[in-house]
Amino acid sequence: MTRRTAFKLALAGAAATMARPAAAAVPLGAPADAVGLLYDTTKCIGCKACMVACREANGLAPDTGQSGGLHLMPVDLNEKTKTVIKLYRDGDKSSFVKAQCMHCVDPACASACMLGAFKKREFGIVTYDVNFCIGCRYCEVACPYGVPKFEWSKAAPKMVKCELCNHRLAVGKQPACTEVCPRQAVIFGRREDLLREARARLVASPDKYVQKIYGETDGGGTQCLYISHVPFDKIGLPALATDSTPSLQRTIQHSIYKGFAAPVALYGLLGVVMLRNRRSAGDAS
Amino acid sequence: MVSRRDFVRVCTMAGAAVGMSTTTVSQIVEAAARGLKPSVVWLHFQECTGCTESLLRTSHPGIAEVILDLISLDYHETLFAASGHQAEAVLQDTIKKNAGKFICVVEGAIPTKDGGIYCQIGGRTAVDILNDVASKAGAVIAIGSCASWGGIPSADPNPTGATGVPMILKGKPVVTLPGCPSNPYNFLGVALQYATLGTLPKLDELGRPLFAYGRTIHEHCPRRAHFDAGRFANTFGDEGHRQGYCLYKLGCKGPMTHANCSTLAFGEVVDCWPIGIGHPCVGCTEQKVAFRIAMHDTVPIDRPVPPDTYAPVHTEQGRISPAATAVAGVIGGVLLGAGYVASRKIGEADEVKVTPLDNTGGV
Amino acid sequence: MTVMPQAVGGRILTRPFRALAALFGIGAMLILYRLATGLGQVTAMNDGYPWGLWIAFDVVTGTALACGGYSVALLVYILNKGKYHTLVRPAILTSALGYTLAGIGVGLDVGRWWSVWRVPVFIWRWNLDSVLLEVALCIMAYTLVLWIELSPAFLEKAEQVGSPAVIRLASRAKPIVEKVLLWIIALGILLPTMHQSSLGALMLIAGPRLHPLWNTGWLPLLFLLSCLAMGYAAIVFEAVLSSWLFRSVPERRMLAELGQAMVPLAVAYAGLRLYDLAMRGQIGALFALDLYSVMALLEFALMMVGAFILLSDARRARLDHLFRAAMLFMLAGSLYRFDTYLVAFRPGAHWAYFPSVTELLVTVGLISGEIMLYIVIVKVFPILTLEKRHVAYHH
Repeated sequence: MTRRTAFKLALAGAAATMARPAAAAVPLGAPADAVGLLYDTTKCIGCKACMVACREANGLAPDTGQSGGLHLMPVDLNEKTKTVIKLYRDGDKSSFVKAQCMHCVDPACASACMLGAFKKREFGIVTYDVNFCIGCRYCEVACPYGVPKFEWSKAAPKMVKCELCNHRLAVGKQPACTEVCPRQAVIFGRREDLLREARARLVASPDKYVQKIYGETDGGGTQCLYISHVPFDKIGLPALATDSTPSLQRTIQHSIYKGFAAPVALYGLLGVVMLRNRRSAGDAS
Repeated sequence: MVSRRDFVRVCTMAGAAVGMSTTTVSQIVEAAARGLKPSVVWLHFQECTGCTESLLRTSHPGIAEVILDLISLDYHETLFAASGHQAEAVLQDTIKKNAGKFICVVEGAIPTKDGGIYCQIGGRTAVDILNDVASKAGAVIAIGSCASWGGIPSADPNPTGATGVPMILKGKPVVTLPGCPSNPYNFLGVALQYATLGTLPKLDELGRPLFAYGRTIHEHCPRRAHFDAGRFANTFGDEGHRQGYCLYKLGCKGPMTHANCSTLAFGEVVDCWPIGIGHPCVGCTEQKVAFRIAMHDTVPIDRPVPPDTYAPVHTEQGRISPAATAVAGVIGGVLLGAGYVASRKIGEADEVKVTPLDNTGGV
Repeated sequence: MTVMPQAVGGRILTRPFRALAALFGIGAMLILYRLATGLGQVTAMNDGYPWGLWIAFDVVTGTALACGGYSVALLVYILNKGKYHTLVRPAILTSALGYTLAGIGVGLDVGRWWSVWRVPVFIWRWNLDSVLLEVALCIMAYTLVLWIELSPAFLEKAEQVGSPAVIRLASRAKPIVEKVLLWIIALGILLPTMHQSSLGALMLIAGPRLHPLWNTGWLPLLFLLSCLAMGYAAIVFEAVLSSWLFRSVPERRMLAELGQAMVPLAVAYAGLRLYDLAMRGQIGALFALDLYSVMALLEFALMMVGAFILLSDARRARLDHLFRAAMLFMLAGSLYRFDTYLVAFRPGAHWAYFPSVTELLVTVGLISGEIMLYIVIVKVFPILTLEKRHVAYHH
């Protein structure tokens, strides 16, 4: 092996250890077995069967919201509601929209969480382990979609969000919302398959849909995808760059700290300077 | 002879069955009492006689009372004793005598292919008979899907060119009462209204009375609560089916079907209709649905104007307490004020020595 | 130095002290209520604003105001300006109390406070991408470091007035502490450098939800510069206030020099901010005169007015000007942090948050407690180095 080759190999190795996949514009980070949802606003009839099924499958308390205690009527995702159907209406143009965790390819909540209570696990599903949660709510600050919700009303609170019914997936069932949906407006599947299906629908009906699959690259990509007949920002899906939201912070933090190298080096430097000062002060006195 | 008491009772029942007010009912009573029983000519073409059979099974009023007390059923091939030349003669007589006043009821589709030869009565095609009779009628009522738009005979490939009355009698107002069979009380309501008040109920663009066909089954289905709660029967005989859950996933055509089967019982038996016995609605009143869309295929649900009971995309949440603002203002004011006052006091205490610092480092 | 730190002595239960105790008592009761019923009952925080007054002020701003120890350690031990030595102990005490208060504030704010011990212990679960983890660990460690740095004062007092057993313990502990003190002090410079800058980086995760006037990769450095400035300002503030309240000679020359040192920090902070805003095309937004623009301009104005006051020799010679300038710096830095965490954070126009009365009263209570502790400690332990006023103030 020549010196030149060895050098190139070393460089490649160094580059590999320093590479940060999250900063890539293409969602290379999505795991190969990533699963998710595809929601089609043109098919949703607002029946809210998904909300009811989700509540039952997850053992959530009823949320009578603003109905004066009568009906299940949450106004948004909250500590008792992991999915919600909202209505966008502008004159005679309207669309329903289902909100739930987007199961991002590079989730901000998982990047933020100190002990990894929110973590991206099998199939790319972002799950929650209450044993490692201290309730700091940094995940709520981090999420660009405002998904994780805190149990404000409890003295022993947890964070609440959709976990793609991974307890049902474990026994071979679909998520509750996709299983019950009467119009197949929200469907479950592998992310690649859902992307393919979404693309096919966009191509088949170019006048019906906004020609974009939300979540393909937005915010680094999500596993819950949306296609819509109205602009995405109207249904509460913010315009995000292709870099994931935690990537800037992570890049800055890691480039300053370089693991523990920089703090250790600085500590050593401080020690040296202080020793030198003490010695010169000792000489002077 | 029937007593006036029974007679009033019959009229009240008839009126109530189709939602007429008590005033209208009294008008029916009066008109009938005056012996003004309208003439009815009932034509049969490509039909199964189901609509007639349904009518025979009403009880409020029963058919006997209808025929004997409320209308003059002058031509009806099923109920007639007469036949052949005798029947033909009666038909011609009746339409001449009551021209412009009789009600022409049509049951069954009219074939139009090959000159309409596929249904001929007394040597005349259905088309001709219809044109002849209807031209002299005061009102035309097409009872059943067959007469309304062609019904089962018009299912693909429609070899006879079966079609409905409105398509034959273009331009003439036709009341259509689709259904397979049509609910007989809808017919009775229309007929009695015409007979007594001389008017027809408000109709939609297909000639269907709005009191019966104004809503889809989905809008007034007894299982609607299950639909709204996401409780569905997924296969026949499963737990959901046994519990009487919504049949939408089994292909219920309720969302696309205008009818009042869910609110007006057939044959005096509650739940004597498809959904009532656990089978999805097949959309028998709708030309686009019945015998066209497969029985167990799901249909889209059209919600032209969603109700307001949905959360908007952004709801205002969190509030700013005026009390807290006041408290914060007080705290901030106190701190800033105290800080400033302290600085003044410090300055005063320091006032004595304002000389610049000298090299002695002292004050 | 000829003058050594001494306990100030004197009565502790003065009227102001009792007033502070009452405020603390109210705060303490509300804290118990919060622990029993949960955050929703007690605070106005919501899912749109999951972080409120307790984080933005008690923790983020509180620790910055408590950066006197950090600033003075840099001055004395790294820049080797031994003459500021008398400022060290009071600064460390203020820092220790400030960080402890911040720690209590965090403990109150987190939902599952009984699990907080897991953060430093569950090393195998550490998410090294989490800036908050680094902040939490550094603050925990730094609080410990501050109390260790302060321990010589307690040990000295123990040696003076303790029972024989206590004296023996103290005299055995003292040399150990003195031997490791250098390395502890080095930590006391490293740790705040790390977490004060990271407190800036912390809000970067909000991404597009952070208003452009604050949303910059320079946040860590800006937070660091402003916290250093606030640290010096806090020292000046505390020194002038103590000398006035305890009727002693203020070290005017030192304070004037500190004041002078604050100016380049202010200029660096403002200059870097303006440069960054210009580079990102946000100068227009700065003058848009909406809420965000007004807050940002206020931050600049407060700091610049403070720096302006400190520019002239004559003004720096006067204690009241020094005091006001210090307050302006502290206010500017506090507002910067408050804005970064609460004003610049935009979850959507449909969310609203303003601290509830309870949140305000708990904060006031905790600060009152901190001041009470400060008073007790300086009166009982040798912290302050004071020259009596009868020498200084000639009336």
